[in-house]
Amino acid sequence: MTGVALSLERLHAGYGEGLVLDGLDLSLPRGRITAIVGANACGKSTLLRAMSRLLPPKAGRVLLDGADIHAVAPRRLARRLGFLPQSPVAPEGITVLDLVSRGRHPHQGLFGRWRVADERAVAEALRLTGTGDLAERPVEDLSGGQRQRVWIAMALAQQTDILLLDEPTTFLDINHQVEVLDLLTDLNRARGTTIVMVLHDLNLAARYAALLVAMADGRIHASGRPETVLTEPMLRAVFGLSARVVADPVTGKPMMIPIGRHGARSCDAEGAMEVDS
Amino acid sequence: MADVSILPARSGGSRRLVRLGALLGLLVLCVLLSLGFGARLTGWADLRAALTGQVETMGQAAVASRVPRTALAALAGASLGMAGAVMQGLTRNPLADPGILGVNAGAALAVVVGLATFGLDTSGAYVRTAIFGAAVAAAGVYTIASLGAGGATPLKLALGGAALTAALTSLTTAVILPRGDISGLVQSWLVGGVGGATWGRIAPVLPFLGFGAIFSLLSARKLNLLALGDDTAASLGESVWQARILAAAGAVTLCGATTAACGPIGFVGLVVPHLCRLLLGVDYRAILPGSALAGAVLLLLADIAGRLVARPAELDVGIVTAFVGAPVFIWIVRRKRVTAL
Repeated sequence: MTGVALSLERLHAGYGEGLVLDGLDLSLPRGRITAIVGANACGKSTLLRAMSRLLPPKAGRVLLDGADIHAVAPRRLARRLGFLPQSPVAPEGITVLDLVSRGRHPHQGLFGRWRVADERAVAEALRLTGTGDLAERPVEDLSGGQRQRVWIAMALAQQTDILLLDEPTTFLDINHQVEVLDLLTDLNRARGTTIVMVLHDLNLAARYAALLVAMADGRIHASGRPETVLTEPMLRAVFGLSARVVADPVTGKPMMIPIGRHGARSCDAEGAMEVDS
Repeated sequence: MADVSILPARSGGSRRLVRLGALLGLLVLCVLLSLGFGARLTGWADLRAALTGQVETMGQAAVASRVPRTALAALAGASLGMAGAVMQGLTRNPLADPGILGVNAGAALAVVVGLATFGLDTSGAYVRTAIFGAAVAAAGVYTIASLGAGGATPLKLALGGAALTAALTSLTTAVILPRGDISGLVQSWLVGGVGGATWGRIAPVLPFLGFGAIFSLLSARKLNLLALGDDTAASLGESVWQARILAAAGAVTLCGATTAACGPIGFVGLVVPHLCRLLLGVDYRAILPGSALAGAVLLLLADIAGRLVARPAELDVGIVTAFVGAPVFIWIVRRKRVTAL
């Protein structure tokens, strides 16, 4: 459970002529949950795409077990490393079972013969995500939260030890956001899956991640335990936001509360907040 | 290890097989109809006698003469149906069709230019030229549609294809008009027809149709992954560009060879895959063979209809498919999800 799952060495990456990531060095611990946070267009998604080989680096390397991911055969890499894009598309009319089964692709041979192991992996993915009851339903009929669980099930059927997710909670109601993050935590604990995700919500990121990476302008501003990263100076530097950081009354993890232009008055109530924590 | 028994039985597989079998049965029926119907109606006895090799009565002779025509209609329909399904999967575009995207028009222009300027004479050269033209047109329309923001969206592809088709068709006309020697030769071919087919016209395209079908069928699983979006396909270990090139090679070969044999026939590739999705679901391993069968059925029916409505004259099959296909095109555009497949 210890060691490094993925590491970046002087990674430069971007689209066209532009450079979004400007010489990143980062090590992601194996068997942990890492959350990447930062303002819009700071390079979070680009970083995730570079780590999952969707975007070739302009310089530098991404290492998986010490080997450059661009030197590994695509199918072999796909058995180690899964990636869930921000808004994946499903063809009209596809059923949950069919979609989740497609996650088995990297494990299948040239002619795609379906084996017992494939069936088992799909069954387990459905069970872990609680989507077994939906198996025969068309994906487009599901709610946003159900749909996201189905996509996670597809990534689970892929049986990778590393799972990268680009904003898995975006467009979900708060209850479904918590549900998805709880599910990812279950997977992390039950299977030791290394999870790396981009998250918008800083408080949820601090709460669910063991390692928090704050990015600004294509560089890593800070990385470490949430307690050391989610700080008032970081929020000011990365987001340009004045905020208070207090201990979350449920978990004791850091929780940020933006002040805003009209918030000064409610700041007077800070005594009450500290009593709560 | 999870208990597999929580999974519902995969009944879809056997249901798909039954439906593919039904399509095959329908195809056999259409072949018989195509042999029997024409300017001269043939009785069952003549039909059976002619098929066993007798050519004694007028009716038997008529049937024998319809055999190559029927074979060409079935082959062309199967190729266009499968090519349309591949193109729709490849571009994730419900409006993709060899006719609409200008691929057939490109093949036709290449053949006409070849005839007019290089004096193409062998059937083999004919087919290769058509495939070349189809490939150039396919690359062209994809490039045009990819320009600007948003990449090759369904609507941009369809519009780009329509514009390209118009341009290529008028170029084709411009090449032919001053050339009295070839205009008679290509006029009926350009409408898209299978009448007057001979084995000599069919034989040279067969190997190309074979290769095209193999490439297309090999790309079926890749198309299943492309349907999940490029990013998901890539993260499942598929090389998106390799998949696209293999699938495009299959579709372009099928379209080029078919156009060489019977001219640019539109709308078969548009209509048939949608029908097959309704019948067979989303798996391209079923959609591709299904589209081949249904395409053959559709083109045979269109050809039979063309022979019947204008008796004793005939309507070219390309005209009939346009009549059937245009309303379907409108239906697809009016449905809610035209933006993506």
